[in-house]
Amino acid sequence: MHIIIANGSDSPIYQQIKEQVKEQILSGDLLEGEMLPSLRQLARDLKISVLTTTRAYNELEEEGFIVSQPGKGFYVLGSSSELFKEQLIRTVESSLIDAIKAAKHASLSEEELKQILDLLLEVDGYD
Amino acid sequence: MTDILNVRGVTKSFPGFILDNISFYLPKGYIMGLVGPNGAGKTTTIQLILNILRADSGKIELFGLDNKEYEVRIKQDIGVVFDTSFFADGWKVKDVEKALSPFYDNWNKKHFADLIDRFELPRNKKIEKFSRGMQMKLMLSCALAHDAKLLILDEPTSGLDAVARDQLSEILQDYIKDGERSVLFSTHITSDLQRIADYITFINRGKLFYTGSLDGLVEKYSLIKGKPTELDDCLKDQMLGFRVTNVGFEGLAETSTITKTQSLILEPASLDDIILFASKKGANQ
Repeated sequence: MHIIIANGSDSPIYQQIKEQVKEQILSGDLLEGEMLPSLRQLARDLKISVLTTTRAYNELEEEGFIVSQPGKGFYVLGSSSELFKEQLIRTVESSLIDAIKAAKHASLSEEELKQILDLLLEVDGYD
Repeated sequence: MTDILNVRGVTKSFPGFILDNISFYLPKGYIMGLVGPNGAGKTTTIQLILNILRADSGKIELFGLDNKEYEVRIKQDIGVVFDTSFFADGWKVKDVEKALSPFYDNWNKKHFADLIDRFELPRNKKIEKFSRGMQMKLMLSCALAHDAKLLILDEPTSGLDAVARDQLSEILQDYIKDGERSVLFSTHITSDLQRIADYITFINRGKLFYTGSLDGLVEKYSLIKGKPTELDDCLKDQMLGFRVTNVGFEGLAETSTITKTQSLILEPASLDDIILFASKKGANQ
């Protein structure tokens, strides 16, 4: 696992950690069952507070990306887990909601919007 | 689980200054920063914890034990680092060990020697010739050599350069890594704290302004910036403190109380911003 904290970034440090861990899970850099660095090790390595790493890991756990095993540590959940799927579905939904809002601004009809989606689905290269 | 440190409703009055009803607690395994402008009551608070000063009222417990009743036992498990060295000037490292080690049941000679090596402290040099950073490291070595469960540091970073401050952060993080030990340190230089502190206790003019997680404090407040014309009485009331110039104003307010208008800029506040503006508010009153 690698984490790079940008000091100048607008997003808080715990958020930066979350995003980067998620990215690495989604891209397959972090594999199912892989153990994450301990909360205190990560805090020390990044020179940040333990509460910050705790918050990042806890939220990742709530969102179904990782799981804690008391006394052992945090592990990456596989992409087959239900929570993980739910999380992905939520991402799809929110992206589609954005698309619908944009379509309304552009006064597109429902039919036109669906056509765009169908068209995009036909085009390869989105996987 | 017992807290390492629990301060409950502690009051101490001096002529012209009252430390007023201060309460906070520090759980096991975390770092707390005690912050506030000079003269806010940070050192008084530390002296009360160490039973150097007696409180008028309130209760202080360390490791679940009353700090007056069990003073001797408690002090076995505390390590203290002050902003000025408390060693006699003519001493060398070995004299310090000779003087201090008899007081501690848990003094570990090997650990002390390792720390002196790790911090690269010269054994043949008199302590009066040590730099500020070296003196701090020597005090820290003494605190760590007797296996303290709580480190209390009063302004440890004042007079240290950036390299020494960075080393100190690292040492403190290593110290709490096993989750069994805690650190309380007072400082008015907050850049060091911004990252490694889990909890903040902010004292201003003898009163407790905030105690809780650093994240909680930083999220609670926002910086507001805008044109001078936008600064009406309502906004002034909402702000904790502000600064007006010819070209604009800048202030601090609780994020939840601010209604955002188009031209006002809201930004996350840093610990420094909060301390700066909160102290100003006190001065205006």
